[in-house]
Parts: sequence; C-alpha cells; structure tokens
Amino acid sequence: MYNLLIGGAAGQGIETTVAILEKLLKRSGYNVFTSRDLMSRVRGGHNFSLLRFGIEPIHSHSYRLDGMIALDEETVLLHKDQLKENGFILCDSRLAVSDTRLLPLDLSDIAKQLGNDRVLGTVAVGVILKLFGENLDLVEEVLAAFVKEQYLDINKKAVQEGYQLVEKRFEHLNGAFQDFMLISGSRAVALGAVAAGLRFYSAYPMSPSTVIMESLAEHAKEAGIVVEQAEDEIAAINMAIGASYAGARSMTGTSGGGFSLKVEALGLSGMAEIPLVVIDVQRPGPVTGLPTRTEQSDLKFVISASQGEFPRMVIALRTPADAFYQTMRAFHLAEKYQIPVILLSDQYLGDSTSTVQAFDPMRQQIAEPASEHREEGEYLRYRYTKDGISPRLIPGKTKHLISIDSDEHDEYGKITEAADVRIKMMDKRMKKLEGLEKELQEPDFVGPDNFDTLFVGWGSTWGPIEEAVRILNADKNNRYAALIFGDVYPLPQKLLREKAAKAHRIINIEQNATGQLAGLIREETGITCDDRILKYDGRQICAEEIAEFIRKEELK
Amino acid sequence: MSEGNFCTYETAWCPGCGHFSILDCLKTALNELGKDPSEVLVAAGIGQAAKTPQYINANAFCGLHGRSLPAAVGAKIANDKLTVIVDTGDGDSYGEGGNHFIHNIRRNVDITHFVHDNQIYGLTKGQASPTSVVGLVTGVQTDGNFNEPLNPVLLSIASGAGFVARGFSGRKEHLVSLMKQAIEYKGYALVDILMPCVSFNKTNTFGWYNKRVYELDETYDSSDKAAAMIKSMEFGDQIPIGILYKEEKSTFHDKSKVLSTETPLLDRKTNHEFVQALIHSYQ
Repeated sequence: MYNLLIGGAAGQGIETTVAILEKLLKRSGYNVFTSRDLMSRVRGGHNFSLLRFGIEPIHSHSYRLDGMIALDEETVLLHKDQLKENGFILCDSRLAVSDTRLLPLDLSDIAKQLGNDRVLGTVAVGVILKLFGENLDLVEEVLAAFVKEQYLDINKKAVQEGYQLVEKRFEHLNGAFQDFMLISGSRAVALGAVAAGLRFYSAYPMSPSTVIMESLAEHAKEAGIVVEQAEDEIAAINMAIGASYAGARSMTGTSGGGFSLKVEALGLSGMAEIPLVVIDVQRPGPVTGLPTRTEQSDLKFVISASQGEFPRMVIALRTPADAFYQTMRAFHLAEKYQIPVILLSDQYLGDSTSTVQAFDPMRQQIAEPASEHREEGEYLRYRYTKDGISPRLIPGKTKHLISIDSDEHDEYGKITEAADVRIKMMDKRMKKLEGLEKELQEPDFVGPDNFDTLFVGWGSTWGPIEEAVRILNADKNNRYAALIFGDVYPLPQKLLREKAAKAHRIINIEQNATGQLAGLIREETGITCDDRILKYDGRQICAEEIAEFIRKEELK
Repeated sequence: MSEGNFCTYETAWCPGCGHFSILDCLKTALNELGKDPSEVLVAAGIGQAAKTPQYINANAFCGLHGRSLPAAVGAKIANDKLTVIVDTGDGDSYGEGGNHFIHNIRRNVDITHFVHDNQIYGLTKGQASPTSVVGLVTGVQTDGNFNEPLNPVLLSIASGAGFVARGFSGRKEHLVSLMKQAIEYKGYALVDILMPCVSFNKTNTFGWYNKRVYELDETYDSSDKAAAMIKSMEFGDQIPIGILYKEEKSTFHDKSKVLSTETPLLDRKTNHEFVQALIHSYQ
C-alpha cells in the first residue's frame, strides 16, 4: 500500500490533480481512498489531500507517507516529518526548501513551455505515474472526464513530459478494482436519493453539505428532480415538507448550523406525519465552528431536536456504500412510517472518495403512499390504527380531502384540545417507534470473537476503527474488536448487550468532546464505557492514532 | 353569494370579526370559478386568520407560524394541478414570514396569497403587527407603537410581484372579484385585505376603513408600475382598493426546465437506466 500527500494553497489546482490521479490509479486496478483537508478560504492557506492506494482493503487515511507532491514550501515544512526515510518530495525546483528526500523538477517551466501555467499539476501526475510503474494507456480517457476538450491536448502533453522526467521507484501492484466505483460520501448520498426517486430537494448552501445539492443539480433535468436553493434553511425544510405533503419525495440537507434553523419544522414533519429525509453533514461547532472540517458532535442534538415528543429515526453513515443504501432506506422508512428520517454524515465521509463495489439500487425497496381509499368506512387521514400508521393519500389525487395541522388534531386533521383525543393521537404517533425498532440494523461487528477489549463508535469513524482493529490484532493475540453503529436512534441493543457482556473493557471512540454515543448507550442500556478516545480538533482520527493510544496504555 | 361545496363549519372567531367576510368571499370565489374542493389547497401558518383552512371544505395545510408560503410553494412545485392559496394573517405573512414573502415574489410560483390585514395580533391578544399604525397603544407598545408600518403592497410591487391588489372585508362583492382575478392570475398574486379586529384594534375599526376606502375605477392604469407605486403609498384619509398593479410574467414552472413539461413533478418516474448510467459514470 502507498500513501501520498498532495498539498498547496487553495486555488493551486490540488483538487483536479488529485481527482485525475485517483481515477487513473483506480482504473489501473488499485483500491483507492482519498481524504480532503481543506481550509475555509478560496485562495491561499494550506490544503492537502491524502491519497492512499493498494490492493488490500482501504477505508481510511494514513500519515505514513511514501511521497508528497508539494505545490508550495509550507506543504514541505508541515508534512516532512510524516514522510518515510526513503520517501520523496516532488516539487518545483524553485521552491526554497531543503531536504535530502527532495525530488525537485522544473514543473512550472515545463508548464510554461507547454503554454499554460495551470497544467503544472498534470505534469506532476505524469511524474507519479512513472515513479509507481504505471503506463500511460488510460491517461487520455481519464483526462477527458476532467478537462475541457480544448485543453485535452496540452494536458496529455503535460503528463507525457512529466513521465519522462524520472525513473520508476515503486512496483506496480496488480489489483482487481478496475470496475469498482470511485465516489465520495456526499455524491453517494445524492446518487442514493436519485435512485430512491427523489423529486424535490431544497437547501441553503452550507459547507460541507453543498456538494449534495450541486451533485443533484447536475442531474436534475434527466432525473426529473427540482433542486431549489431556498432563501434560508427554514424555507428549505418547509418547502420540502409542503412538496412531500403534495406527493413529491422530498429531502433537505445542511450542516449543524442550518439544522438548528430547521428544528421547528422537523417537529411539523413528526406531528403532521409527513415523510421527510434530512441530512446533517456535520462540521465542528458550536455555531460557525470550523466550517470546512469534521466532527461528530450533533448526535445528541438531532435525536432530541424540536420541542415535544414525536417518533424519528437517525441513521449515521459510515462508508460511501452506506451513504448510498442508507439514503435509499431513509426514503423508504420516512414514507412507511410517515416520519422524519435524519441522516448523519460529516465532512470526512462527505468529501473523502473511496473505491466501492458498484451500487445495486434494486437491493432497497421504497414504500409509496396509498393510491386510493379502499377500506371500509370513511377516509380519515389520521385514523387510529394498530401500528400507528394511518393511510396517507395525496391531495388532488383523490376526491378525499387531506387536512394536516401542526396543532394537535383529531382523525380528520382538525384542531382539537380534547384530552382523550390528545392522548390517543400521541399514542398513535409514538406507536410507530415499535415498528421502527423491528426495522433496526445492528451495528457492524469487526474483529475476532475471542476479544477482550471492545471499541464502540459510529458513523464515519468506521474506517479508522476497522483498520485499528486489524493493526492491533496483527500480533495474533486477537484481543480487539469493535461495534460501529449506523442506526443510532432508536438505538439497536441486541448485539451491543451480547458483546458488552463478553468485553473486559469497552472504549468509545468518537469525534467529539463529550462521548455522545457512550452517553446514549448508557442512557438506553445502562452499559458504561470504561475508557474513551475523543478527538475534536476538526481532523479525522486515523487507525494509527487509535493503535498508538492503546499501545501507550499497555505500557503504563 | 354562494359557497357551493366549500361548506360551513363552526368557527372560533369573535362575533363581528372581519375574518367571517373574507372566508365567505373565498368560498364564493372558489365556487364561482367552478373549483372542486379536492383540487384546492388552502395553506396557512398560525394566527386567527390562519385558522381559515380549518373552516373551508378543501385540502388544508396548517403548518408553522410564518412558514405557509414555503410549504405552499413546495406543494405547488410538486403538483401544479392544485389550486394553491395561502390565506393567513399579517403577522404570519409580513412578520415571522417576511423573508419568505420577499423571496417568493422573486420565485413567482403560481400561487395566490390572501392576507387578512387587521394591523394587530389577534391570537396573542392584541400586540402591534408589522402593519400597525404609529401611535397604536397595546399591552406591549404601552406608549404607542413608534415603529413605522410596513407597506406590503408597495414592497411587493417594488420587489417585482406581477399581481398586487388591496381589498376590504366590508366590500364583499368587490373582494370576491379581486380574489377570482388573483386565483386566475398565472404567477404569485397578493391581495392585502383590510379588515377590522373587533376585540383588539380599537383604532382601525370597520367605520375607520369604511370611511376611507374607495374603489379604483377604469381610469386607473394598473399596468403603470411607477404610478402603481405612488398609488400604493396612499394610506390616510383615502385608501385605494382594487388591483394596484398587474403584469404578465413567466412563472417558476415556465422557467424551470424540469417543470416545464406536461407531467406534474409527483407523477414523474425514476428512469432506472439513467440511474445505472450514473453509477457507471463513477466506475
């Protein structure tokens, strides 16, 4: 497995260089994982991507660098300590830095000679391909996907020029991932929504969630989806609820700050029993926090957001595959139970790209609203039923009238303050939780059965924790295992109780300052975690950090 | 005036309230336009006026305070075969929902917005509304309201609305005519409806309005935007009622490449081959 870092200032074209390189490597058969570390600025600062490729499973990033492409001096200064002794620093010969591992080349002169400064990154792509023993067969096809036709030729030449500058240093590894997808979490969410039959998406731009809206807008016309940029997050969620009431499958998306604004309307979805999917792509708070960075600190917020009590479902996304299938499932559950379903993603998962088996949309069924009233008796939108789910007809599609109210209401949807109706209506809505509990998916269990230490985590730390378990068990003592939650609310408890009973020690690993999952587990089950690894600096934890924490502890 | 299928329900309004007349006019307008209750959606937020959807035989969406416009717009985007009417109060429309008011003028979705403008908050028992006159004494504005009133008709014309009218609950036939024209108009149509609040607004009473309102006649050119803006500022001894400004404009549905097809959005089907092609594009 190889680890590369590509770093520079915002505006230097890191994104395109990385996108071309990761696609070329994937097409060449590699398993690829790329995380993105960005500053909240359009120009300058220090941005970098960690590109990992190999033939074994890769689900997270690593700082044990085999090489870096440094587009500025700062990248060298900040990251040279992470570079292996035999690693390389590919950079322009003009950079004022010194290191025995420097590989200075006339990248910018070559770009200038080719007639465009901006192809410097593509020259570097050529260099990397040669260093890692790749051929140039796939270059033209991949470039065509990323650069405009009039620049295709110059970029092709740039790769060829770069390719001639160096000799091979690393062995090509034969992988079989050519036909896999290479996709980010946020794009997988958008794709899942399209596959589920999304018709209306409204949002207000907010990092790091905007990619979902942009990705949907790209395909809106062919897919038959209205993507509307709302005047604020409150409008966004209320528009989505209105559209869903009128029969269009709807979704809204944001980050924590925008979610805060959506909170009252979340309750409307619960009270009026209008299906809704909301995604919160988390970033560090409170308030504006670190806008382009990552955190898992909205769990306790979203499970209790909005006044009063109503059923809801919260699903944390762990991988791009999860992002696709769980988004589809969210639409299914939202319609089946007529509730808000909240997806929790974060910047790390949202922006990281990884290699994943081609999605199969047929794996997930999607519920539909009732087409007509066919039962005995009068149609009642909020009829009391055994499972709490009342028949949802679509206004205008039936002669029956559909009346909804944010006030407490009777079976007709008309306002009431009658005490007995209030209790029956609350019970009807809350009854849906019993059905939901039967739908719950148990957390992923990773590791051997004879473990003694159990890690618990949720969402995007799945990759780092899964790899940490492999690293820690490399000594064959098989002491470590992990439970990583996707469904977090209601909390699935069966596997947790079973594994917790066997564990000598439970450690929660979370990207927040208070251990929110551990708190939820304690509240729901009485199970307490013995120790915790918490990270809240806005950067995703990696497997080596987890392993190091454990090893240090063992030395004590 | 005939309500047809839109029926009579028991209400929770005070006797003599202007809401009754407006509700009568709404039912009559819908009936005279030949609408079936099942094709009509009446949306509102929270407030005394916002109870209107509860009292009419049509599809009803009583959502959140201030948020009826976005919900109604969402519903119309989903199904443009629905006749979508937002019928609610001045606080809901211009106060809590002020941002949506401005931005939905820009959007120009084909919905109709009837605002019960009694210049007071009724449900919360008598505080200043965004349109309250200066000097109005309330339990909160104890020294008299000193914030200047919003002028909704001027604001909406200035913001680009294509149909802006003002009505009065005391001139029912005139109001029915305005409502019908507003519903028939293709695009966002605002009718600001002056009405008395018998319980809490002792300044702007039925008599106060009745003495001041006058109907715009055929000599008034409602297509002249500059003149309409000047006319909109008339709110003193004389208050003009009628269509202040009207202009044909492209609607949201006309402009959207997704919506400008025959099939309403909710009836569109996901093309599985397209989904497969999308998946393939990431390979």
